[in-house]
Amino acid sequence: MTLTQHDIDQEIAAEHAAYEKRVADGAPVEHQPRRDYAPYRSSVLRHPKQPPIAIDVTKDPELVELSSPAFGERDITEIDNDLTKQHNGEPIGERITVSGRLLDRDGRPIRGQLIEIWQANSAGRYAHQREQHDAPLDPNFTGVGRTLTDDSGFYEFTTIQPGPYPWRQHVNAWRPAHIHFSLFGTAFTQRLVTQMYFPSDPLFPYDPIIQSVTDDAARQRLVATYDHSLSVPEFSMGYHWDIVLDGPNATWIEEGR
Amino acid sequence: MTKIDTSRPETVLPTPSHTVGPFYGHALPFPGGGDIAPIGHPDTIALQGYVHDGEGNPLPDAFVELWGPDPGGNLSQVDGSMRRDPASGGFLGRNGVEFTGWGRIQTDAGGHWTARTLRPGARGQSAPYISVCVFARGLLVHLFTRIYLPGDEAALAADPLLSRVAPERRGTLIAREERADTYRFDIRLQGEGETVFLEFQ
Repeated sequence: MTLTQHDIDQEIAAEHAAYEKRVADGAPVEHQPRRDYAPYRSSVLRHPKQPPIAIDVTKDPELVELSSPAFGERDITEIDNDLTKQHNGEPIGERITVSGRLLDRDGRPIRGQLIEIWQANSAGRYAHQREQHDAPLDPNFTGVGRTLTDDSGFYEFTTIQPGPYPWRQHVNAWRPAHIHFSLFGTAFTQRLVTQMYFPSDPLFPYDPIIQSVTDDAARQRLVATYDHSLSVPEFSMGYHWDIVLDGPNATWIEEGR
Repeated sequence: MTKIDTSRPETVLPTPSHTVGPFYGHALPFPGGGDIAPIGHPDTIALQGYVHDGEGNPLPDAFVELWGPDPGGNLSQVDGSMRRDPASGGFLGRNGVEFTGWGRIQTDAGGHWTARTLRPGARGQSAPYISVCVFARGLLVHLFTRIYLPGDEAALAADPLLSRVAPERRGTLIAREERADTYRFDIRLQGEGETVFLEFQ
């Protein structure tokens, strides 16, 4: 049987209704997707069936996971956060500026930590050899960036608006335009890999990956805000996206939580 | 929605996780990602294993990150895991002298990963271990586990985590010695022999 968008739409709706019912029955809000989310078929054989073992970090301040690997100026170059300058020519597409703050659950800035991003080009094609979408590659765009957050937790990238792309999970499956982000905190427990989306993308309802975040408010936290003050005159459109890392860190011990 | 007002703590809510997808290979892995041990260090150990899905198939599109202390139990605060060349923009690799404690290794086409790092020392109440974070296409939220090394049965028996894990699953957290200083640690995401994964609270 060919898997259609209609099939996936129905599965997404059923998962969403099941979540709403859980919350209505008193279950906690789920800020994170469940690893077992069948509308995204690749999750089916790749999620554990046993519950995780919970570790209370306040019991032992010496846990390895309460500290984080360090990154510094040696690990990046000056143009790593400008994805439009990594080749001899100008990439094709709409230039954008993406900026925001990296915070912990208490709203404290995470300073001097590594942010890595990767994305498709303006035609929706990744510079990855296994990519099958026959949109054109851009010889002037690799779509990979890195930066370190500043003393207030700010980061900034200059890049090209990525295009949406088809991904063959089901007939006419399209991913909304997004930028992948990889983030470190002050503790390895705060490690996060996620995706940033753009406002009002018409593909959101059809995409089982963004819909794997079944809580409506949590899903909105993946969508950047257009910010005219970040737009650079005669150059780029500005988007603001703050990131809050989940997971406990060492300050939780100091506060006795 | 995504401008957070830190003066209103109720608005500071976590950013959800997403899968790494299939196309991170030109972005995240870097040369020497698994060569964590300084060259010639006498406490070097080799680690290798496979990442398997629920049908036992190896994952060619997963990566693991390792984070562990030095043999004295100290956690490094040294950067330079992915040193860059300011002239070419490429990777210089580690300098072979400093120990950063962290590495990132992509599985190969056969689902196999390898690393060389330093034998971890004990910290706090735990037996010595290396923290592992697993990422893959299809995995909506990364998974944490730990690599403990066999040998010191008393330390393993007293470990606060291992002592809470059912005996039949405990072995999934303990690497198997293949020969001196070389260990095998397979990760099974689902099904028979499923690895014990951790959640920090």
